[in-house]
Amino acid sequence: MTLTWLVLAVLALAAVGYVMGRSRAMASAGGEIRALHSLPRYYGWNVALTVLTPAFGLMALWLLIQPVFIDARISSQLPDAAVSETTTRSLVMSDVRRVAEGLGQIGASKPESDPDEEYLSDLKSRLGGAGVALASDIDPAVYLAAERYRAGTAIGASLMWVAVLAVAVGGFAVSYLLTNKDFRARNTVERGILLVLIAAASIAILTTLGIILSMLFETRHFFADHPWQDFFLGTVWSPDFRGDSQLAILPLLWGTLYISLIALLVAVPIGLFAAIYLSEYATPRVRALAKPAIEVLAGIPTIVYGLFALITIGPMLRDYFAQPLGLGDSSSSVMTAGLVMGIMLIPFVSSLSDDIINAVPQSLRDGSYGLGATQSETIRQVIIPAALPGIVGAILLAASRAIGETMIVVLGAGAAAAQFDRGIGELVNPFEAMTTVTVKIVSQLTGDTDFASPETLVAFALGLTLFVITLGLNVLALWIVRRYREQYE
Amino acid sequence: MNDMRLIQRTVDMHETKIRASGVDVFYGDNHAIKDVSVYIEDKTVTAFIGPSGCGKSTFLRCLNRMNDTIPICRVTGKITLDDEDIYDPKVDPVQLRAKVGMVFQKPNPFPKSIYDNVAYGPRIHGLAGDKSELDEIVEKSLRRAALWGEVKDRLAEPGTGLSGGQQQRLCIARAVATAPEVLLMDEPCSALDPIATAQVEELIDELKQNYSVVIVTHSMQQAARVSQKTAFFHLGNLVEYGETGKIFTNPEDSRTESYITGRIG
Ligand SMILES: Nc1ncnc2c1ncn2[C@@H]1O[C@H](COP(=O)(O)OP(=O)(O)OP(=O)(O)O)[C@@H](O)[C@H]1O
Ligand SMILES: [Mg+2]
Repeated sequence: MTLTWLVLAVLALAAVGYVMGRSRAMASAGGEIRALHSLPRYYGWNVALTVLTPAFGLMALWLLIQPVFIDARISSQLPDAAVSETTTRSLVMSDVRRVAEGLGQIGASKPESDPDEEYLSDLKSRLGGAGVALASDIDPAVYLAAERYRAGTAIGASLMWVAVLAVAVGGFAVSYLLTNKDFRARNTVERGILLVLIAAASIAILTTLGIILSMLFETRHFFADHPWQDFFLGTVWSPDFRGDSQLAILPLLWGTLYISLIALLVAVPIGLFAAIYLSEYATPRVRALAKPAIEVLAGIPTIVYGLFALITIGPMLRDYFAQPLGLGDSSSSVMTAGLVMGIMLIPFVSSLSDDIINAVPQSLRDGSYGLGATQSETIRQVIIPAALPGIVGAILLAASRAIGETMIVVLGAGAAAAQFDRGIGELVNPFEAMTTVTVKIVSQLTGDTDFASPETLVAFALGLTLFVITLGLNVLALWIVRRYREQYE
Repeated sequence: MNDMRLIQRTVDMHETKIRASGVDVFYGDNHAIKDVSVYIEDKTVTAFIGPSGCGKSTFLRCLNRMNDTIPICRVTGKITLDDEDIYDPKVDPVQLRAKVGMVFQKPNPFPKSIYDNVAYGPRIHGLAGDKSELDEIVEKSLRRAALWGEVKDRLAEPGTGLSGGQQQRLCIARAVATAPEVLLMDEPCSALDPIATAQVEELIDELKQNYSVVIVTHSMQQAARVSQKTAFFHLGNLVEYGETGKIFTNPEDSRTESYITGRIG
């Protein structure tokens, strides 16, 4: 709540700054706009931005750093005795944070004397009543740490108020005093906007970096506990939370690639042909109806596709293909998931390709028709080659989606990893149940587990590998596109 | 004005290749061509002249049904090629365009190699029996379009990488390679220097031996140099049509005279 007030206060100050900066500039020019270097609103914006940018920048930094700082301090003050053998310091610290948060919620005030057992068990039930459930009794050391944590947070918040307001007022004062008719407010605002844009771009890049780093970090933990040979070269996926798991990525990767391949085999031809029909043959009226109709497919949530796979496509494939052909009798299969995923991807391929084909200039079509080429000759020999880089991009985008898809696989292909030891016949049988990397990431992380055993940490290794694969796919796409550009432009 | 001496050349009588009668073209509500009747002779160069926007390109595009590709365009009237109505439902526009080739106002090379650009038509129509025959057609067409010397060492490079004038000649080579009976050329020299222009005009002269050529041009000198017949268009009307010599020296219509003198004189 106090944070909201602080934000509002800074915003209000900026608004006041806008009005005052503007009128000061006007006054300095004697009310004559042409005597000003910039339009009056730029002077207003200059003051407002000088109030906002440093104040909000400081606030963001503060909010990022303060918890880390307090955490480190409290953690170092925590006596070793409070960390019993069954837990770790970071787990105790998470208890401390929860107690501190709970104390804030129930508004408990600090008791006069040191807390005794009775007080602590009473506190535990009060915290439970407020929704903060604790597994064990509250250790006195934890309680003290929590109190300190609370106090530190409160002091930090007050300090932040003071600092942010000081920066805001300071910015106000400086920019207000600088405002006069010769001040180049327009250029300053321009630079301010540039800064804001750069900040936005950096946030996007830093977030990506942060995601990669955190994955890398957890993956390192995993490989410290589990041999990498087993992960990359092993052929068996059988996690066992009592230890001695075999965690090989190969069976999962095989499932991912196989299902994605079938999905692309469905989506690419259908999507591409649909795009060619829509952009080259369809009359404007048909196009106006058909294009949105196809794009509706893109708006269906994947879980609904999953249900479709589970109750319609799966049983149908089993009854009409798998069982008559003697290829298996499970309704969860690679084919089911691949087919349904392919349907999901059709609008991606078709709508992107359609835009790309439409962007091919009419003059190329005219040139081909003018030489006596038919429509399909023109499409095959002129339009598709001209649009190819874009189409390849669309296909790889669809591939990335297929590789990352989870819901359809769970409901369509099941959650059993491929088994390499059963022989190649079962591996390539499209009517066999199989699962993918993403599904296993979810299943390894669900449930009541701490992120310490190899069985859960493997999720990060899986995620990182998947990331590297999709990254490689994108690089490949860029490379293909560039090669074609060189050749054809 | 030296070119004006050309009017003295003898004019042979030729068969009529294309005959248009009462042609109207509409782009939506815009009446772009108004009741135009004209005949185009075989083995003759016909020039279309007129101010910008008067409908020269539009009329030219009617002659090989390129206007079919513009949805809002509507053509009425009758146009025959060798006494066959080209707007008859029986006629296949694709075959028609193989016979009536076209070089467009804006160069539009395909995003393919120079070689493939020229080989495009011969491949589609199966004009070459084997690779060496195709090579021969490509080389001959590029030579005729005065481009061979500049591109003979870079046939595998993209046609879109050529300069504007080279692209224009590439498009001419591409059209010539298909061996059409009639060649429609929409301002084929607009981006060419005097030397290349002279070479293209030589090509037109040579094509005239066997084919019928229709050329749109904004250069009066060019019209006078290369054509035997000239048609003057103004605001969608065909104002005057006749022997080039007569149009340029002794026009019947005052609009023709003011246009020609305004441009040349
Ligand atoms: N694709 C089109 N859609 C709508 N109107 C068009 C189209 N092409 C041409 N027009 C119209 O038809 C008329 C004649 O155009 P056209 O291109 O035939 O002129 P032009 O004589 O070739 O001119 P220029 O010498 O500038 O090339 C113009 O009024 C033009 O606006
Ligand atoms: Mg034109």
